[in-house]
Amino acid sequence: MSAQQIVFLVTAGVIVISAALVVTVRNLIHASLWLVITLFAVAAIYVQLEADFLAVVQVILYIGAISILIIFSVMLTRRVMADTGPQRIPQWPLAAVLALLVFGGLAYLLVQVPWPLAPNVDVSDTVLALGEAFVDPNRYVIPFEVATVLLLVALVGSISLALPERESD
Amino acid sequence: MPEFSFGNIAVYAYDMIGWVLVSYGLDPKLVVIIQKFLAAFLLANFALLTPIFTIWLERKIAARFQDRLGPNRVGPYGLFQSFADILKLLTKEIITPSGADKVVYFVGPILSVAPVLGIWVVIPFASTMIGANLNVGVLYSVAIGGIGTLAIMMGGWASNNKYALLGAFRAASQLVSYEVPLILALLIPTMLAGSMGMQDIVLAQGTWFVVYAPIAAAIFLVSSLAEIGRAPFDILEAESEIVAGYHVEYSGFLFAIWQLGEFLHAFTISALVSVLFLGGWRGPLADLYPILGIVYLLAKTYFVYFITMWIRATVPRIRIDQMNNLNWKFLVPLALAALVLVALVDKLLPASLAGSARAWAHFASNVVLMAIVFGMLRTESRRLQNLSAPAPVAAAH
Amino acid sequence: MVPLSWYLVLAALLFSIGIYGVLARANAIGILMALELMLNGVILNIVAFWRYRGPTQVSGQMFAIIVFAVAAAEAAVGLALIISIYRRRGTVVAEDVSLLKW
Repeated sequence: MSAQQIVFLVTAGVIVISAALVVTVRNLIHASLWLVITLFAVAAIYVQLEADFLAVVQVILYIGAISILIIFSVMLTRRVMADTGPQRIPQWPLAAVLALLVFGGLAYLLVQVPWPLAPNVDVSDTVLALGEAFVDPNRYVIPFEVATVLLLVALVGSISLALPERESD
Repeated sequence: MPEFSFGNIAVYAYDMIGWVLVSYGLDPKLVVIIQKFLAAFLLANFALLTPIFTIWLERKIAARFQDRLGPNRVGPYGLFQSFADILKLLTKEIITPSGADKVVYFVGPILSVAPVLGIWVVIPFASTMIGANLNVGVLYSVAIGGIGTLAIMMGGWASNNKYALLGAFRAASQLVSYEVPLILALLIPTMLAGSMGMQDIVLAQGTWFVVYAPIAAAIFLVSSLAEIGRAPFDILEAESEIVAGYHVEYSGFLFAIWQLGEFLHAFTISALVSVLFLGGWRGPLADLYPILGIVYLLAKTYFVYFITMWIRATVPRIRIDQMNNLNWKFLVPLALAALVLVALVDKLLPASLAGSARAWAHFASNVVLMAIVFGMLRTESRRLQNLSAPAPVAAAH
Repeated sequence: MVPLSWYLVLAALLFSIGIYGVLARANAIGILMALELMLNGVILNIVAFWRYRGPTQVSGQMFAIIVFAVAAAEAAVGLALIISIYRRRGTVVAEDVSLLKW
C-alpha cells in the first residue's frame, strides 16, 4: 500500500467518523463542531485530488462562513446550554435502513461501472485556466452570472426573512 | 556539496543539512521531510516568540502615546517585562468554570493560535525563502484566518458565561462581515499581479502596490484591524461593556494563549500588508543578497505594526452600529468601487505605459475616487449635523 | 495512486450519512447540517470524476464551484427561515412546524 493510499484512508476515516457523529450527537453545538472537522477533512481530500483552489474555497466558504452561521443560529435558538427533548424522530431506524440501502445501491453501481480513465496528467496549475474559463463569453460566463444573481437573491431574501417585523405593519 | 554564498546563507544552511544527511546514507525522501520539518520548526518558533518582543514594544509605545514611561523595572528599558508576565501566567492556576464544555473550552485558545501560524507558510521572506509558494496563497491566508472566528465562538460558548457568549456573538457578526471588504481589497493586488501566489505578487511589485492602489491598502488595513478585534474594533472584548468578552473565564496559561493569538495575529497582518502592498522583501540589493530580504520584510512589518499601535492608542472604541455602518455603508461599497476603478484603469492604460508611470496613473485615479468619496462624506456629515442640531423652539426677538 | 472507486465509495458514504441525518434529525438546524454533508458528498464525487476522467478540462471544477455557490445560498436562506420560524413559534423542531397557516 502506497503512502498516498494510507493518507487517503486516514482522511476518509476521519470524514466517516466525524460525519456519523454530526448526525448522531445529541448536543447540536458539538454536532456543528464535528461538521467543521468533516468539512476540513473533505478539504484535505481535495488537496489529495490536486484541486487546491477548491480546497481553499471549501475552507473559506464552509468553515469560514456556513459552519459559523450554523453555530451562530444554534446558539441563537437555544436558551440554555443543555439540549432537552429528543434529538431524533421516533422512526429513526427506518431512516437508517433507507440510508444503508442508498449507500449499498450507490456503492454497488459506482464500483461496478468500469469508468474509462483519462491518462494521468499534471494539473498543478488549474487556477489560471479556471479564471479564464469563468469570464470567457463562449464558455462559463453565463453560469457565472447566474450564480452571482442567485447569491444576490439569497442575500436579499435572507435579510428580509430574518428582519424582525416592524411594529407599524 | 552546495556552493557557499553569504547572501543566501539561510538557503545554504538548508541545502547543507540535506547534503550532510544524504551523505550519511539516509533516504533522500526522508531527508526532504527532515529539512522541511526543521524549517517549519524554525518558522513556527520565530512566529511564536515574536510576541514576547512585540508585547513589550506595544506597551512601551502605547505608554509614550499616553505620556507615560511604560515598563521600565525588569531588565534594561523593561525588556524582560514579558518574561516576568509569562512566568506569572504560567504559575497561575487554570480554572475551568463549572458547567463548561471541557474539550471545547481547551481547544478554543489553541485553535486561535494555530491558523495564525498557518498564515506564515505563505509569507515570502526572500526571493528564495517561502514556506510553500501556493498558487492560491492570498485566498489561503484568508481561509486559514477565518478559522480564528470559530475559535472565538468555541471559547465564548464553552465558558458557560453570558458575557463570554455575548462576546462570541459580537465576534461572529464583526469578523464574518469584515471578511467581505478584506477579500475585495485582496482582489486588487491579485488583479494587478495576475496571480494569487504571494511570491508572484511580490515579484510584480516593481513599484509598490500601495502606489497603485492606496485605497485598497487602507481598506485592507482597516478590515484586518477589525478581523483581529483590536482597538478601535475591540467590541468583542469590550472591557467596559461585557467585562472581557469571549475570554472572561480563562485564566493562567490558557488566557496567555488567547493573548498570544491576538498579538501574533496583529503582527501577522502587518506582515501580510507589507507583502501585499509594500513590496515584501523587495529593497536595494535584495535580489543579489536574498538574506537582506528578511531584514526589509521585518522592517516594513514593524512599520505597519507601529501604525496599528498608533491607531490603537489614539482612536476610541467604536459602537456596534458604527462598526456595522462603517463596514456595510462605507468599506464594502468603496472596495467595490476601487475594484472596478482599478480594473477599468488597468484596461484603459496603453500596454506601452509600464513601470512607475503606470503606477502613478493608477495613483491619480485613486486620488480622484478618494476626493469624490470625501466630498460625499462631507455632505452626509453636514446633513447629519443639521438633523441633530437643536431647532430653536421659540426664536428670540 | 488511489483508485477512483475509493473516492466514489467515500462520497456515497458521506451522502448516505447525510440522508440518514436529514431523515432522522428532529432539529431543523440538524437537518440543515446533514444537508451540507450530502452536498459535500456530491461535490466530492464531481471532483473525483474531474481528476480521474477529465483533468485537462475545467468543467469539473466549474461544476463544483457552482455547487458551492448554491450551497452558500441554501445555507443562508435556510438559516434565515429557521430563525424566522423560531422567532414566531419558539421552536426549531421540524415536526412542530406542521401548521400551514396561523
